[in-house]
Amino acid sequence: MTEVMDAIAGELTKYSLITAFALIGITVWFSYAVSDRLTRGRVHGSAIAILIGLVLAYVGGYLTEGKNGIADVAIFSGIGLMGGAMFRDLAIVATAFGVRLEEFLKTGISGVVSLFAGVVLSFIVGGCVAYAFGYQDAVSMTTIGAGAATYIVGPVTGGAIGATGEVMAISIAAGLVKSILVMTMTPLIAPWIGLDNPRSALIFGGLMGTTSGVAAGLAATDPKLVPYGAMTATFYTGLGCLLGPSVIYMIMRAIV
Amino acid sequence: MAIYGTALLALCLLIGSIVGRLLGMVVGIDANVGGVGIAMLVLISLCDRLHRSGRLKPPTAQGIVFWSLIYIPIVVAMAASQNVRAAITGGPVAILAGTSAVVVSFAMVPLFSRIGNHPSTEGPS
Repeated sequence: MTEVMDAIAGELTKYSLITAFALIGITVWFSYAVSDRLTRGRVHGSAIAILIGLVLAYVGGYLTEGKNGIADVAIFSGIGLMGGAMFRDLAIVATAFGVRLEEFLKTGISGVVSLFAGVVLSFIVGGCVAYAFGYQDAVSMTTIGAGAATYIVGPVTGGAIGATGEVMAISIAAGLVKSILVMTMTPLIAPWIGLDNPRSALIFGGLMGTTSGVAAGLAATDPKLVPYGAMTATFYTGLGCLLGPSVIYMIMRAIV
Repeated sequence: MAIYGTALLALCLLIGSIVGRLLGMVVGIDANVGGVGIAMLVLISLCDRLHRSGRLKPPTAQGIVFWSLIYIPIVVAMAASQNVRAAITGGPVAILAGTSAVVVSFAMVPLFSRIGNHPSTEGPS
């Protein structure tokens, strides 16, 4: 019997990306069915699907103690490829198809302003929380603040200014918490903050910055808003990596 | 043919990520600055031109549209491959720092939406 199981697992692993297409397809179908029948469409199907994805990711992390959620289980490794940066970025760019250039340029300035504000705010908030918990040196405060920007800005900044391993781990975890919260909370908060037009989506992307969070959060709110939010969010990590170890670290050092 | 659209999309992403990478090098950081955003702008302007000159045939468009339609499933796969365990076991500092950043940023969205927004284009609300 185990021979049969091994043979099946072997085939599923060999066609791992195909297994992922099938499995994600089933998950999305199930989620939309739940959305229709149990919530009468009030909770968006994609929001449920993303939530199931996150639960699967936790289970995967629990089982394998790896970093890539369910993708660390061999037969589900294709999910890591399907949901990795390569396909994600291709799909995000594709969502811009049919968008008019004028719509981007019209809100250009507020997009840029929101980007800078989003990066600086995250550093301030993250730095304050770090301070409150006793991480009161400039390096730790900047690194944890960088993590509150995104989980990429965190380790890049921490590495540049020489943060300890413990602070780096906190920083990355803070970024992950942010990304997951943005994924799950955006559809619930959207009506409260007027997130229903391209303009506010652009600003939202600039303020939040986490590409994965914004990408999933807007998909679950209104897929039409995705290109606008994703556009500004993709500049955020770069800006954070640029400002974090330089300007913000210097300011932090001057204050502390 | 559909592959023309997909190839066009792929080229846009490659151009964007190379430009983003070079931009990062120019400002002295080891990161990609807005590569995907640049790729989106390239795609929008290219498609606009092709559309105007009538060279963007429906099968070509389908090669792009497929990828935008597969976007949500890709995002679900992305969610399933996140390091959720590390986020949950990151301790109170990480959870509070991440949560506060989200709460503050959410609160800023309506504020920034008002900045530079011409009331004349909005109409009465």
